[in-house]
Amino acid sequence: MKKWNLIVDVENCTNCNVCTLAVQDEHVGNSFPGYAEEMPKHGHRWIEIMRKERGAGSATDVAYLPTMCQHCDDAPCMKAAPDAVSKRPDGIVIIDPVKAKGRKDLVGSCPYGAIWWNEEKQVPQHWIFDAHLLDAGWKEPRCVTVCATNALQSVKVDDDEMLHLIDKQGLEVLHEEYETKPRVYYKNLWRYTSSFIAGSLSGIRDNKIECLEGLEVQLVFDNENVETQNTDNFGDFKFDKLKARGQTYQVQVIDKGKIVKTIDVILDQSINIGEIILE
Amino acid sequence: MKLYLILYGMYLLFRFACWRNAEFRDRLKTKNIRVQIRTQDGKHGRIFIFKDGHVSSKVGVHSSADFSLVFKTYAIAVKLLMPPINQLEQIEAMKNFLFHPEGKDEDSVWFAQTVMTAISTRWKHGTAAGDGTTRYCTITNGGPLFVYVKDEKIVRTTPIIFNNDDAMSYSIHAHGKTFNPPRQTSLSPHGMNWKSMVYAPNRLLTPMKRVDFDPNGERNIINRGVSGYEPISWDEAFDLVASEIKRMKRDYGQGAIAQSNGSHHTWGNIGYYLSAKMRFMNAIGTTEVHHNPDSWEGWYWGAVHHWGGSLRVGGGEPFGTMEDCLKNAEMIVFWSSNPEATNGIYSGFEGSIRRKWLKELDLKIVHIDPHLNDTAQFLGGKWIAPRPTTSPALALAIANVWMNEDLYDKDYVANRTQGFEAWSDYVLGKEDGVEKSPEWQEQETGVSAKDVRALAREWASKRTYLAAGGMGNTFGGAARNPTGSQWTRTMVCLIAMQGLGKPGINVGNMQLGVPHDFSFYFPGYADGGISGDLNNTALAVSLYQRMPQLATINPSSQKIPRLKLPDAIIDGHTEGHLWDARTIEGQFSEAVYPAPGHSPVHMLYRYGNSILGTLSDANRYVSMYRSPNLEFVVNQSIWDEGDTQFADVILPACTHLERTDIGEWANAGGYGANFNSQVNHRVIAFQSKCIEPLGESKSDYDIFAGIATRLGLGSYFTEGMRDIDWVKRMFDASDLPGHISWKKFMQKGYFVVPPEREDLRSPTAYNWFAEGRKKDVPEAMPLPGDYTEEFGEGLQTQSSKFEFECESLKRYNPSDDERTPIPKYSRSWEGPHIPELKEFPLRMITPHGRYSFHTQGDGKDSYLNDIKDHREWIDGHYYWIIRLNTEDAKIRGIKEHDLVRVFNNRGAVICAAHITSRLIPGVVHSYESSAEYKPMGKPGESVDRGGCVNLLSPSRTQIKNAHSMANGLSMVEIDKWDGTIEFIRKDSLTKAQGLNEEGSFK
Repeated sequence: MKKWNLIVDVENCTNCNVCTLAVQDEHVGNSFPGYAEEMPKHGHRWIEIMRKERGAGSATDVAYLPTMCQHCDDAPCMKAAPDAVSKRPDGIVIIDPVKAKGRKDLVGSCPYGAIWWNEEKQVPQHWIFDAHLLDAGWKEPRCVTVCATNALQSVKVDDDEMLHLIDKQGLEVLHEEYETKPRVYYKNLWRYTSSFIAGSLSGIRDNKIECLEGLEVQLVFDNENVETQNTDNFGDFKFDKLKARGQTYQVQVIDKGKIVKTIDVILDQSINIGEIILE
Repeated sequence: MKLYLILYGMYLLFRFACWRNAEFRDRLKTKNIRVQIRTQDGKHGRIFIFKDGHVSSKVGVHSSADFSLVFKTYAIAVKLLMPPINQLEQIEAMKNFLFHPEGKDEDSVWFAQTVMTAISTRWKHGTAAGDGTTRYCTITNGGPLFVYVKDEKIVRTTPIIFNNDDAMSYSIHAHGKTFNPPRQTSLSPHGMNWKSMVYAPNRLLTPMKRVDFDPNGERNIINRGVSGYEPISWDEAFDLVASEIKRMKRDYGQGAIAQSNGSHHTWGNIGYYLSAKMRFMNAIGTTEVHHNPDSWEGWYWGAVHHWGGSLRVGGGEPFGTMEDCLKNAEMIVFWSSNPEATNGIYSGFEGSIRRKWLKELDLKIVHIDPHLNDTAQFLGGKWIAPRPTTSPALALAIANVWMNEDLYDKDYVANRTQGFEAWSDYVLGKEDGVEKSPEWQEQETGVSAKDVRALAREWASKRTYLAAGGMGNTFGGAARNPTGSQWTRTMVCLIAMQGLGKPGINVGNMQLGVPHDFSFYFPGYADGGISGDLNNTALAVSLYQRMPQLATINPSSQKIPRLKLPDAIIDGHTEGHLWDARTIEGQFSEAVYPAPGHSPVHMLYRYGNSILGTLSDANRYVSMYRSPNLEFVVNQSIWDEGDTQFADVILPACTHLERTDIGEWANAGGYGANFNSQVNHRVIAFQSKCIEPLGESKSDYDIFAGIATRLGLGSYFTEGMRDIDWVKRMFDASDLPGHISWKKFMQKGYFVVPPEREDLRSPTAYNWFAEGRKKDVPEAMPLPGDYTEEFGEGLQTQSSKFEFECESLKRYNPSDDERTPIPKYSRSWEGPHIPELKEFPLRMITPHGRYSFHTQGDGKDSYLNDIKDHREWIDGHYYWIIRLNTEDAKIRGIKEHDLVRVFNNRGAVICAAHITSRLIPGVVHSYESSAEYKPMGKPGESVDRGGCVNLLSPSRTQIKNAHSMANGLSMVEIDKWDGTIEFIRKDSLTKAQGLNEEGSFK
């Protein structure tokens, strides 16, 4: 049985919001019986883009994370309202707009915060994967069609094939610990969830301060080497994909085989050590 | 016998149309009239009697006719009336008085348009989508749309998805990879927003008059912006505007009526401002509010003197750079270049698709911008953040490293350029004793000297593209701030030092340069349309020959530089340079207002989008609207926003989804030659009237026709055509008929132009120049007479070489210290070093918006308001966002989404704060061009909560001898808003900023 999955590539989301606008275009002013009531013109974000800034100064980067109904196979909303929420054979979760009337409690049932309460229509709502269009023969949900940078991709495959894709592309789900078996997968999620330690080396050369290129910098944790890098032409280094847990790292600069500088870094969020001037 | 048959045939056509077509039957119900066609000698003719929705006809000449179309001779009547109608013959006949109307102009227009309606009864547009909706096409400023309509309601709008019938896409082969664009169009945020814009609650749905405006009595001008409006009928509105037009001419004479439009209308070659509006304004005679080269600014007044390109407003050639960059470049330096925000212009996310290919090739990327902008966010790379307005100093220091370390293309500089010695004397400090070293620039820019050296050395060691500005070779960014012309000048000098035009060494950011077949003729919006204007559009180049039309000429030669409009109205006089792109020297001419023998302006005809949010020191426009010198203001607009609130009469126009038009995606014609090279497929659309105009709103064309008819100019303005008839004429004038039938074009709604054959693609921009060939890229510029050597040899400059020292500036004014013949750095006249501005220590940069397109898309209760980075909903209002650095926020006790007052002597705007590390300390960021201007008290004397940050920007021109906006930078202070509404405006410019004795800056 082929089922729908959404793959979100964090690396390619630019926060252009055309996906969120496409959802509004589709659902504001249109009701699709059996699928969704009209979406309120404002205040709902069935697709919501979250922002994460990391670092400071010249070592700052920004990632965007599109979030939406995760179409979980083990969806808490289905457990909360088995009469009103159903899982289609193609994997899509639908909150029935008639049967779910008045069920404001469903909003709280979703650990992802992806269910929105429509005050006017008195109905909980979510991104329905454009099931109404797919049933009418459309090839993909609208948010995917309008995503110019391919940050969003929909795939209809059987679960085994999806497992293969997860493995091949290094896909992850959001908050695996919720154990809800989402059908929305994320690529390059580390851009949003991990932390880095960055810095820049400089020193005096011919009476001028210069960027020090090609020096070895190693990241040490618990007396073990985590990673070694060579500085680039700006003297920059950046150890990324670290989990910030308040632990202490040592950043060691190595020149001609000797450690010439050691800096202790407590990692509770991404850190830009800044310019390190070597004697 | 022939004429008898033709006229009888016309009668049968009317009968057929009556039977066949409801639109035609409805039309007949609008008038009871007896129309006669006859020969001048009265011997031959036929009368058509339209009564209560029916038509009858009698042969012969009748004295009872209300209106007659009189042909000079029998033979002429036969020739002109015999189908198929030849437009050129018709027009020539009109010009030569071979036929003439007898009767009212209104009846003439009605009858002619009735004939056109009868001819077109079989025209059907749109395609049934199979689900009860009909799918139409249109094009927006943010990309083409499929528009799905059911029961007169827009259900949804999507990008155009191509099918197998459509032309194939181009391929690029680079580094063993093949790159193909997706088989669809893309949309920018404001392009995906049109449903909410069409159905916006502030749509103007009926003509209106200010309640206390009496054209025959008290006009209560001071209440503009304060008083409300009452609905009036279209007849009243047309009569009122037409009578004011006549009164202006009668009481004051030529020049008394000024007309002003925004820079971007809703899309379509017929309804565009350079088309229908220009035709109308020329027909009535108006003072033109002459545009500055907005968004180009520094390029036009600066870079053009070094490398020519006046017809590209100072920008560079686009051809082939996308492919060359992918194949040959090793590094790209984005310098004040944020194409992910502005999508170039008009082009959806087409450039983003290609910039993603850069990521796949792993090119080295550097971003130079005080803001870690959206392109840097997307592409990653090294971020170097100079303080706003100081980039020219950074550029000089890079040149300094190259000169000192022999890191430039000496052979190229020796053979392809001139004046290098003079510039290197300045850069090396021989001229003024100050070496423009990396250390020298550090105090100005805040960028460490070591980083400058590292950048300079890497740049020189790699084949590097310079991406300067939003399009990579022009547009937006630092070109819009006070040192904009210095910046563009240093940019082109840097790339010239590295060998502009050699493989992998060029200007571009993947936004331009798609290898289209540019020889397929379809006009862009500035190619003249139906303007009839051979002087102020590109009509004379091609379209006038292909689509003959009655020429129009504006009888008024008076012009007001747009940035000086408030001065002109309030003070009664002004002057300024004009944008004349035909030659480099065109920009040296000045307009003086009032023009000799012309009347000062007493009436303003505003048309198109609100522009209040887009122009510098916007409170000046508020004062202008409330000036008694302006006796009448009419505003023709779609939405009630910005400056409509200052009109006496409001004419409600419909959107382009409610009228018929035709256009090509991103094809701006002469205003931006080859802009369609931004999009991956050339898409030409029959822009359907998807729904009827909402309320009583009308197309701009019909509004102009309505007023023109009351001035006896209806036949002249319309040539008897409805807008759709002009669309058909433009279709026929283009190369489309050789590829798609009119019928299919209307139904399918679009056509994709096949890409250029790979072996016929244009060579790369400037490669001809680098290698000493004659120009071999497909551009008909400069003008033939503007070459120094043989036609096609060299650049547009006097020397035909790249000029580090500009001959044009030496000729014009070599002692101008703001624009010296070689590019130098001088500090911005708006900055923290100006003592009078010490109270306002923050540099606010205001680049072009990311989500809205100038004022299009913003406000209007549109979907865009929900975008977190666009506006923020706080206490019942969507506030504009101001971004500030963590440190600056902390000092001021400002937290995320606090309402803050952003202010200086010019104005005060309430915004929602967003705190970020993406800005260097001391710099704040907000997009320009909010659609909303919402003074909380008296206009001009209270805080604005619409988000109109241009209230804070300086009105001074970048350099004295230019008409150049510098509103990309303003010095401001920010505090937490305490609820105060009152604001007291002080001097908007200080002495240090170049005020003269009289207190006004020239």
